[in-house]
Amino acid sequence: MKLAVQDLNSYYGPAHILFDIALEVGEGEVVALLGRNGAGKSTTFRSIVGLVAQRTGRIEFEGRDVSARPTHEIVRGGLGYVPEERRIFTDLTVEENLEVGRQPKRPNAPHWTREKLFALFPNLSEMRNRPGGRMSGGEQQMLTIARTLMGNPSLVLLDEPSEGLSPKIVEQMVDAILTMKKEGVSIVVSEQNLHFARLISDRAYIIERGRICFGGTMAELDARPDIRDAHLSL
Amino acid sequence: MAFYVVQFLTGLASAASLFLVASGLSIIFGVTRIVNFAHGAFYMIGAYIAFTLTDRFSGAFGFWGGIVVAAFAVALIGVLVEMVLLRRIYHVPELFQLLATFGLTLMVQDLVVLIWGPDDLVGRRAPGFKGAVDFFGQAIPSYDLFLIVLGPVVLGILWLLFQRTRWGVLVRAATQDRDMVAALGVNQKWLFTSVFAVGVFLAALGGALQIPRDAVHHAMDLRIIVEVFVVVVIGGLGSIVGAFVAAVLVSELNAFGILIFPKISIILVFLVMAVVLIVRPWGLFGKPEAAARRTPGLTVNPWRPLTQNERLGALAALIVAAALPLFAGNYALTVGSEIAIFVIFAVSLHFLMSVGGLASFGHAAYFGLGAYGIAFLAKMAGLPMIVCLLLGPLLGLMGAAVFGFFAVQLSGVYFAMLTLAFAQIVWSIAFQWVSVTGGDNGILGLWPEKWAASPSHFYWLALGVAALVTCGLRIAVFSPFGYALRATRDSLLRSEAVGINAKRMQWTAFVIAGTTAGIGGALFAYLKGSVFPDNLGISLSVDALVMVLLGGVETVSGAVIGAIVYKALNIWLVSQTDLSKLVLGAFIMLIVVVFPKGIVGTLEMLLQRRKPLAPPGPTILAKPIESAE
Repeated sequence: MKLAVQDLNSYYGPAHILFDIALEVGEGEVVALLGRNGAGKSTTFRSIVGLVAQRTGRIEFEGRDVSARPTHEIVRGGLGYVPEERRIFTDLTVEENLEVGRQPKRPNAPHWTREKLFALFPNLSEMRNRPGGRMSGGEQQMLTIARTLMGNPSLVLLDEPSEGLSPKIVEQMVDAILTMKKEGVSIVVSEQNLHFARLISDRAYIIERGRICFGGTMAELDARPDIRDAHLSL
Repeated sequence: MAFYVVQFLTGLASAASLFLVASGLSIIFGVTRIVNFAHGAFYMIGAYIAFTLTDRFSGAFGFWGGIVVAAFAVALIGVLVEMVLLRRIYHVPELFQLLATFGLTLMVQDLVVLIWGPDDLVGRRAPGFKGAVDFFGQAIPSYDLFLIVLGPVVLGILWLLFQRTRWGVLVRAATQDRDMVAALGVNQKWLFTSVFAVGVFLAALGGALQIPRDAVHHAMDLRIIVEVFVVVVIGGLGSIVGAFVAAVLVSELNAFGILIFPKISIILVFLVMAVVLIVRPWGLFGKPEAAARRTPGLTVNPWRPLTQNERLGALAALIVAAALPLFAGNYALTVGSEIAIFVIFAVSLHFLMSVGGLASFGHAAYFGLGAYGIAFLAKMAGLPMIVCLLLGPLLGLMGAAVFGFFAVQLSGVYFAMLTLAFAQIVWSIAFQWVSVTGGDNGILGLWPEKWAASPSHFYWLALGVAALVTCGLRIAVFSPFGYALRATRDSLLRSEAVGINAKRMQWTAFVIAGTTAGIGGALFAYLKGSVFPDNLGISLSVDALVMVLLGGVETVSGAVIGAIVYKALNIWLVSQTDLSKLVLGAFIMLIVVVFPKGIVGTLEMLLQRRKPLAPPGPTILAKPIESAE
C-alpha cells in the first residue's frame, strides 16, 4: 500500500471538519476524491501533508506512520502536494519556481528534470523567465504541478487540477496526469467534475460533510447512480 | 563648491554602515516577518568585538581579519538567539516580537558595559586607509572613500546571492509564501536561522566597519536602530535596493541638514519621511502589504462594562488608596504619586494599543511634551499652576495631532517603527535645541504652588486625576466611539464597509491617548520639579508598553494593575541593583514567552476555568482573531 489513512479527524479551532476519514492508495494507482464544494477534500489533503495542525489519526506513507512529522519531512519523504489555490511564487520566474521544488533523486520514484517537465508542459518551456504573476490560470496550474514533480515524489496529492480551466487546457491536464501515471507516480486527485475524474482514475472515494460515504472502482460508482446523484452535483 | 562635494562624500560614506544594518533588518523581516529591534544591539556588539580584536592583533591582517571575524562571531550569537528566543515567538503577534527583541537590546546594553566598561573606546585607524585625499584644498579621509565603494559592492554581492543561488531563490520564495515552501519539502527552521544569521552578519559588519570613524560606546545601538527604522520606512521594508537608496538619502540629508538647521538637523529627515509616507505609505521600493496582521493580542475575550459589585469594589480600592496619607510617610507618598502618574500614562497607551489596536513604541513623546508644556508655561509665561495643568497637556495634544496624522496612515510594525522614530525626533529636538529646552540640563525649578505642595496634597491630586482619567477612558471604550474604534481594530475592511471612517477614528484615538499621556507628563513635571529629555525617551515608551503587557493587553483595565505592579517593582529594583536593564530585559522576554496574557488576563482565564458550567459562547468567541479575517 502506498498511502493508508485511518481514523483521520481534523479541526479548525473549535470546528470539527473531518470525521474518521479512511483512504487507501495502491502502488501506481490514480484515486479520485470526489465531493462538492466544502465537502472536505482540500482539508483532507492539507491534513495528510501536515498543514492542518489540529488532527488525529494514522497516516501511513510507504509503510511508515508520518502523522507526527512536520510538513517538510513528509514532503521530502516523497509525498508531493499540489494545492488548489496553486500558490505560485509570483515574484519568481518559472525556472525559479521549479528550483524551489527541486529535491534529490529518489530510488523508488521517477526522476524529473527541468527539460522533462518542459516536454510534459510545452507551454511552460516558452516562458522560462516569465514571473509567475504574469501567467494565465492554466499556465499557473501547470507550473504548480511541475514544481511539485521537481521534488521527485512517488505519490502526488492533486487538489482540483481542472478547476477554472478552459476545456483545451483540461485536455492537456488529462494527458499530463496520464503521463505521470505511466511514469509510475501514484496520484490522489480531488475533483468535483466526475467526467474529468473518469478519464484518469482507477478508483474513487466520495466525501460529503467531512465523511467518506463511498469507496470503490469507477465501474462500481457507475453502478450506483443514487450515490452519484446524491453527493455529486453534475 | 569643493566643500559641498566633500560634504556629499562624507554623507555617502556614512550611508555604507547604515545600508548594511538596514539591509540586514529588511532581509530578516522579509522572511521571518519579525522586525528585529535587537538589530542595533548586534551592530553594537560587532563594533565592540571588532574593537577588541583589532586592538589585540596588529597589522593589516589583524585589522581586516578582526573585522571579519567579529562579524562572523556576532552572526553565531545571532544563530543562538534565533534558536533559543525567536523560534518560540514566530507565531505570536508582532507587538510581542518587537518587545522581546527590545528586551534583548536592554540586556545587551548592560552586558556591554559589564564587559567593556562605560567609557567610549576609540578604535584604531584602518591600515592602508589612514591618510586623507586632497580634493581642491579639502581633505577627504581615504577610509571614507573605501566605505563609499564598499556600499555598492555589498549591494552587488547581495543581489547575486539572492538572484543566483538556490538559497536566494528559497529565501525569496519564503518571503512570499512560507507555508508553500515547507509544502515543497524545504525545512523552514534552518532557512529562518540562516536568514537571521546573514542579517545579523550584515549588522555586525556595519558596526565593525564604523570603528575607525566613530568611538565605540554603549548607546550606539539605539541611535542606529532609529536611523535604520527611518531608512526602512522610506525605502520600504523588505527591499534591499530600497535600503540602499534610502540609506544614501538619509545620510545626505543628515550631512546637509547640519548646514541648513545646525541645531535640529533631524527635522529635514523627518520632513522627507513625512512626504514619502503620504505619497507611498509602503516606502519608495516596498510593496503594499495585503492586510496588516492583527496587532493587539492573542485572542479577544468579549469586553463588558463593570458590574455594580465590581464598581463598588473599584470605589473601595480608590478610598483605601486615598487613605494612604493617614498612615504613610512622605517617601511612600511620593512613590504613590509617581505610581498614580504612571497609571495615567499606562491607561493612555492602553487606549491606543488595546482598544485602537495601534501599538505605539513612542508614546513617551506625548508624556514628555506635556511635561515640557508645563515647563514653558510656568517658567517662561509664569502662569499659575492650575492654568498650566489645564494648558500644558495641549502640547501633547498638538504633538499627537501632527504625528498621529502620519502614523495612522500605517499599521502594524510600520506604525510601531514610525511612532518610535517620531519620539526619537522629539527627543533629539529637546536634546539639541539648548536655547529653548535647556538641552541635557533640562528645565529646573518647577514646583507646585502651595495648595498642592505637600506630599499628601500632591498625592491626592495625582490620585484624583488618575481615577478621573481611568474612568473617562473606560466610558469611552463602551461609548459608540469605542465600539467604532474596536471595529477598526478587529477588521479594518469590514468597519469601513459599514461606513466607519477608520483613519479618522484612529487619529482621534491617537490624539486622545496623546493628550492623556500629556496630562500624566504635566503632573510628572510638578512631581519631579524638573523636565529632562529623558521624559520623552525610548526607555519610558517601553516602560509604558511593559506596563500594559504586564497587566494584560487584552483586558479593559489591566493597564492600571500593570502600572502599579511594574512601577513599584521598578523603583524597588533600581534601588537594589546597578544592572536594572539586564533584569528588566530578561523580565520582558519572560513575559512575552511564558506569560503573554499578563496578570489580569491570566486571572480572567483562571476565573473562566473555575466556571465549568458557563455557556460555550465565550470559548467560541475567544478563538484567535485571524480566523475572522
